[in-house]
Amino acid sequence: MTQPPGTWSLCPAVAMHHVSVTYADAASPALRDVDLCVDEGELCLVVGPTGSGKSTLLGLVNGLVPHFTGGTVSGSVQVLGRDTREHRPRDLADVVGVVGQDPLAGFVTDTVEEELAYGMEQLALPPDVMRRRVEETLDLLGLAELRHRPLHDLSGGQQQRVAIGSVLTTHPRVLVLDEPTSALDPTAAEEVLAAVTRLVHDLGVTVLLAEHRVERVLQYADRVVHVEAGQVYAGDPAVVMERSSVAPPVVELGRLARWSPLPLSVRDARRRAAPLRARLRAVRPVPAAEPASQSSASQRSDGGRRPALDARGVVVRYGAVVAVAGVDLALQPGEITALMGRNGAGKSSLLWALQGTGPRQAGRVDAAGADPATLAPRDARTRVGLVPQQATDLLYLDTVAAECRRSDDESGAAVGTCAGLLQRFAPGVQPSQHPRDLSEGQRLALVLAVQLTADPAVLLLDEPTRGLDYGAKRRLRDTLRGLAARGRAVLLSTHDVEFVADVAQRVVVMADGEVVADGPTTSVVVGSPAFAPQVAKVLSPEHWLTVDEVRTALVAPAAS
Amino acid sequence: MSQRAHSASRSRGSRLGDGSRLPRSLHPGAWWVWALGMAVAASRTTNPLLLVLLVAASAFVVAARRTSTPWGRSYRMYLLLGGVVIGVRVVLHVVVGFGYGTHVLLRLPLIPLPSWAAGIELGGPVHLESLLDATFQGLRLATLIICLGAANSLANPKRLLRSLPGALHEVGVAVVVAVSVLPQLAESVQRVRRAQRLRGDLSRGLRGVLRVAMPVLQNALERSVQLAAAMDSRGYGRRRPVPVSARRTTTALLLASLVLLCLGVYELLAAMGTPLLAVTLLLGGAASAVGGLALGGRQVTRSRYRPDRWRAAEWLTAGTGLACAAGLVVASRVDAAAVMVTMQPLTTPSLPPLAMLAVLVPALAVVTAPPPPSPPRQRRRLMDPGPAPSMPPDDDRAHHPLTQGATR
Repeated sequence: MTQPPGTWSLCPAVAMHHVSVTYADAASPALRDVDLCVDEGELCLVVGPTGSGKSTLLGLVNGLVPHFTGGTVSGSVQVLGRDTREHRPRDLADVVGVVGQDPLAGFVTDTVEEELAYGMEQLALPPDVMRRRVEETLDLLGLAELRHRPLHDLSGGQQQRVAIGSVLTTHPRVLVLDEPTSALDPTAAEEVLAAVTRLVHDLGVTVLLAEHRVERVLQYADRVVHVEAGQVYAGDPAVVMERSSVAPPVVELGRLARWSPLPLSVRDARRRAAPLRARLRAVRPVPAAEPASQSSASQRSDGGRRPALDARGVVVRYGAVVAVAGVDLALQPGEITALMGRNGAGKSSLLWALQGTGPRQAGRVDAAGADPATLAPRDARTRVGLVPQQATDLLYLDTVAAECRRSDDESGAAVGTCAGLLQRFAPGVQPSQHPRDLSEGQRLALVLAVQLTADPAVLLLDEPTRGLDYGAKRRLRDTLRGLAARGRAVLLSTHDVEFVADVAQRVVVMADGEVVADGPTTSVVVGSPAFAPQVAKVLSPEHWLTVDEVRTALVAPAAS
Repeated sequence: MSQRAHSASRSRGSRLGDGSRLPRSLHPGAWWVWALGMAVAASRTTNPLLLVLLVAASAFVVAARRTSTPWGRSYRMYLLLGGVVIGVRVVLHVVVGFGYGTHVLLRLPLIPLPSWAAGIELGGPVHLESLLDATFQGLRLATLIICLGAANSLANPKRLLRSLPGALHEVGVAVVVAVSVLPQLAESVQRVRRAQRLRGDLSRGLRGVLRVAMPVLQNALERSVQLAAAMDSRGYGRRRPVPVSARRTTTALLLASLVLLCLGVYELLAAMGTPLLAVTLLLGGAASAVGGLALGGRQVTRSRYRPDRWRAAEWLTAGTGLACAAGLVVASRVDAAAVMVTMQPLTTPSLPPLAMLAVLVPALAVVTAPPPPSPPRQRRRLMDPGPAPSMPPDDDRAHHPLTQGATR
């Protein structure tokens, strides 16, 4: 089964020739006439909006498309000389390792050590080899401490590293990763990416990696594959980014400043940003002057306003584990607040406790004169609305229209309220569609519409940006800004620093169940290596957070 | 003997140097043979003293050799279940049982039943003899359950499935996956119920079930598809190509074994069956099953990571269970009246020496089985121990938990 030595260096790791994929019942092909060669030892970043065919492209590499998903594939896909027409995914298991989006869904065994060995057992490797490779992989990914731990008890970053380790033990030549950092906090994401780059540089593994948050990976990529509407275009990162529809802030800043070649990392950009910094200093000499969107900060400072939600000493514990340890938090009307902190810091527990549905052992919550926990669920949601992490848990009917009607019913709102909101948030959703068939962003919009039908004064969102592409995030940003403009208070938990910089006026950082920082976005986020957005890193010590801010600042003096 | 056992369990930490006593987990099969031996013994006796001794022996071994795993903590549940079984048996006897004997304990009012239920009495006198008989029968069933529960708490049931022969490996994986899905489903139901409270509507009845069931089932389906894709990508189900003839032979052997085993059981249980024919059929069936599995296992290409090995300790531990079963079978022949006690006439149960020795033998497992490996240190690390993001320099709380990592 193995390639004779020497031949693999001649043929590329992955070669696709004129590949088109059409799924059953699909009107148009998911991928059209793809020609792609990935060489040995390349880190290949696959970018593109949701539904563009990224997952299909990754699935082709180990034959999951079409052997597992069905559909028709024309053209040829060769992985290290093996054609996926004749080789099923299991026959390619010794050369291709695949890690899916949700590591927990792919685990077969219970403990870290057994999971690492599982793939090798299937390949019938001798026991002494297995023993040695398990130890090596534990060290390579820093998992030695966790070897006997149950997989369910691990944090998200640890689970993702185990998932990568479990395919590495079979020594694959090609590694396929589908959004490996989408659920991780910035630090855990860096950990996983450090492990991946180490594999590429030290072991020469070929990596194909799909990622929505391009800013995290772009600087490590040798090549970028841009997928849009089934068309694939691959090339040097800086060249592809010139015209890519998805671009991280550092690239957008480079486009704005007309830098060529485009910077891909904060370091590249910073080395060229001195003139830009000087220009910006001329526009806005005092750091942290208020940008246009920060009108609410002045509202807050006028002091006399009553907060939309006032929580004091909130405690949430599960048995011996304290998730939230006495948090005070006041949300002002018209203000968007971001809740940050690493996985397991107690963000979700706090949101659920504030809404009143989750447990709360101590403290009080005051939402317009009442504690939502003491109200009936129907009344609580008219004061505080929550969009949970797994937004689809709320949906159970089979068409969008039925969900909307039901929501009007539940909230006692006028018929068509929910459908109207949905049309505003996500134009183009067909009422006859099944909620499961919607894209990530459309589904979020539907749940948001369902929850906003009750018109709560406070809206809480738990990780709303997970799995959203840049376009969907922009739409969510506009929706949230619209809510704030109408005097609603918004609190969202997220790991996405760029989104926070874009939308939030205030940032609350939690660690170990406590609030460790609370203040205006600019002062909390700038200067923190983990939480600072790219623009802030490029332009520090000036206080700029987003490309839009910079753009308006540069355009304004020209106009005046 | 029990003193030796005590000293062994006390000094297990200090005897690590002795190679045979290195802490390791015993092959799960050994624990199951051990427990099944005790269960067979329990099924051969109604003597309450013997049954209580059996339970005590199992409890002793469990206390000394279990691990602090979820299944290791399950023994108490089996004890409780045993208590419930005895209780139910006694209550049933009091309410609908046929009483016999001469000592009447109390008289319940007799509830007349319609003529079509003739032969069933509700209430009536409760006799001491039959009540004791019912209690002992309940105790026997409870002991059986507790013995099997002991095996369950000493050996990870999933590890037992891992030790299945190669041909049954895929069935074993399917069972393991199915078993792990159940707690996930329960968790999923909880999560969805909680999420739907956010919509404010708490409809009960069919609609309430539907609104929880739809997302839960959709999630479960999605998850299982993802798991199947992951397993396929990792090489699950790789097979060595085998000639058609070998595959056909496997099928034929397995079919034949099924037919033979069915006929054998029929011969064994039917009133006019001949024991010799029954045994011949059963042996033939077993042999062809072994052949079929061995042949089928040859097309599976798979190796095992750190397999459980069957060594001297396993032989000895399984042996204590088998000795217990054999001892009681012999004792029930030799001293039938003392082993299968009847309460008519009312007597104090005696303790036949051979049977007593037999039921105490399984307690020796404390000596024969090595101590279990020390449990992974229980540390509650909910967060990544990785480098923590540092905070803005103007933050005066230099020692806030964010920079200290998550140490508890």
